[in-house]
Amino acid sequence: MIRQEKMKVVAQHSIARNIFELTVEGSLVDEMAEPGQFVHIRVADSFEPLLRRPISIASINKEKKQFTMIYRAEGRGTQILADKRARDEIDVLGPLGHGFSVEEAEKKAFLIGGGIGVPPLYELAKQLKSRGIETVHILGFESKEAIFYEDKFKALGDTHIATVDGSHGTEGFVTHILNGLPTDFDTYYSCGPTAMLEAVQWAYPQKRGFLSYEQRMGCGIGACFACVCRTTKSETDYIKVCSDGPVFPAGVVIA
Amino acid sequence: MIDLTVNIPGLELKNPIMPASGCFGFGKEYAQLYDLSQLGAIMIKATTVETRLGNPTPRVAETSSGMLNAIGLQNPGLQGVFDNELPWLDQFDVPIIANVAGTTTEDYVEVAREISKAPNVHALEINISCPNVKKGGITFGTDPAVARELTRAVKDVSSVPVYIKLSPNVTDIVSIAKAVEEGGADGITMINTLLGMRLDPKTGRPVIANITGGLSGPAIKPVALRMVYEVSKQTRLPIIGMGGVTNVDDVIDFLSAGASAVAVGTANFVNPFVCPEIIGKLPERLHELGFDSVQELIGRSHRL
Repeated sequence: MIRQEKMKVVAQHSIARNIFELTVEGSLVDEMAEPGQFVHIRVADSFEPLLRRPISIASINKEKKQFTMIYRAEGRGTQILADKRARDEIDVLGPLGHGFSVEEAEKKAFLIGGGIGVPPLYELAKQLKSRGIETVHILGFESKEAIFYEDKFKALGDTHIATVDGSHGTEGFVTHILNGLPTDFDTYYSCGPTAMLEAVQWAYPQKRGFLSYEQRMGCGIGACFACVCRTTKSETDYIKVCSDGPVFPAGVVIA
Repeated sequence: MIDLTVNIPGLELKNPIMPASGCFGFGKEYAQLYDLSQLGAIMIKATTVETRLGNPTPRVAETSSGMLNAIGLQNPGLQGVFDNELPWLDQFDVPIIANVAGTTTEDYVEVAREISKAPNVHALEINISCPNVKKGGITFGTDPAVARELTRAVKDVSSVPVYIKLSPNVTDIVSIAKAVEEGGADGITMINTLLGMRLDPKTGRPVIANITGGLSGPAIKPVALRMVYEVSKQTRLPIIGMGGVTNVDDVIDFLSAGASAVAVGTANFVNPFVCPEIIGKLPERLHELGFDSVQELIGRSHRL
């Protein structure tokens, strides 16, 4: 069930250039089910900025009633969020949307992420591992300074890093790594820029895949029709990224 | 006991608060969060004759104390709304105000005639003010003679009272209000969004795919309030006021300016519980201000 709660900030750390890791606590965590869902955050009790900010869930700790978000402080809203400190309160609406189906993976899964699309794959990797699925992580970043959670992913499985400028790992995009990897997996999961999702989809037309899309949102719950995309089903069919997604099976969304 | 009820044509409202059209879909999303029967009424998303897929994305952009939108009247069409959305809403004890949109007079007439037959539709809101569709919409709302004739045509076929939704994108909103009054309108809803745009400073390009969008949110409240004040002074029609309402004092302002009821739009996106929260706070705020009913407050700015 979707809830709105003033959640308590437990900790906030800068973990890469402009990238922050924010952990909050509250009973809303009880409602979190699938990896890949997101929350909608009101960063200040004012009209500046006015709208909530959709932020993905990077990891969930049900026992402690805590969850962690990783985001890039880029605009006004996320910069205000980056100033939050332990014991501050933030207004969280969530959990929202539908995430990755962990049941679909059988033995081995590829988790392919780009930039700020990487965080939800961390909770996904944890849940897949706990189900006995082998996970291979292929993660792309702008540069060495933008990389985060490399060690955490390595602790869960084989991890490959690409950087656009070649300052760490393979130079180029995640697709450059994918080209050199055996295709002995049964399911792939991906989150990142639309161009990356398209490339991943093209790379594995025969595989079962799930893609998490990004689109500018208004309400975050499906009422405002801001984040609509057409689908391959018919000329008139459409989905709302916020409430029908953000995760969809490969081959469905026309982004 | 504070009396929150308001009676205006077609609408016996248990309180004067309702979500504005386009900000609440057809209610399903918000029904996950609270009981819609608490609301005074619901203004459902605009309905056109045929299914509309709306504009390309991005469709929204944040601005100072506001947002721009250019959704483009996406909706499942008259048949879809009549067969699916309205029957679903019937489980709630709340009157529905159906927002009617189109590109020709015939479109408006057809939707108005059919949708007003639904048992839970208690009034129509005729959208002659959508700034985001290429043909129709706002063109009906900016010329008094055209607005009057459209009002007349819709009134002729509607089974329920007709409210006309006015555009603020005009030189003289009172002339449009008077024209729809002459055309036989039962009431007015105002204001729709103000046409605006936002550019990306890096590229110089418009952020919204439609180039321009409708501005809403707290930024537009002073404009809306002024327009409600002027129209209520110069016509006898009841007004459902809206534009940047986010809290109970905004509601007090619109009632004082002459609105009989108040719609909440963009604030639903910021706080999805805003409507029931305002309804909950309204009795206490009225009491603090020395009023026993909503009725007493309506138009008090004109009496000072």
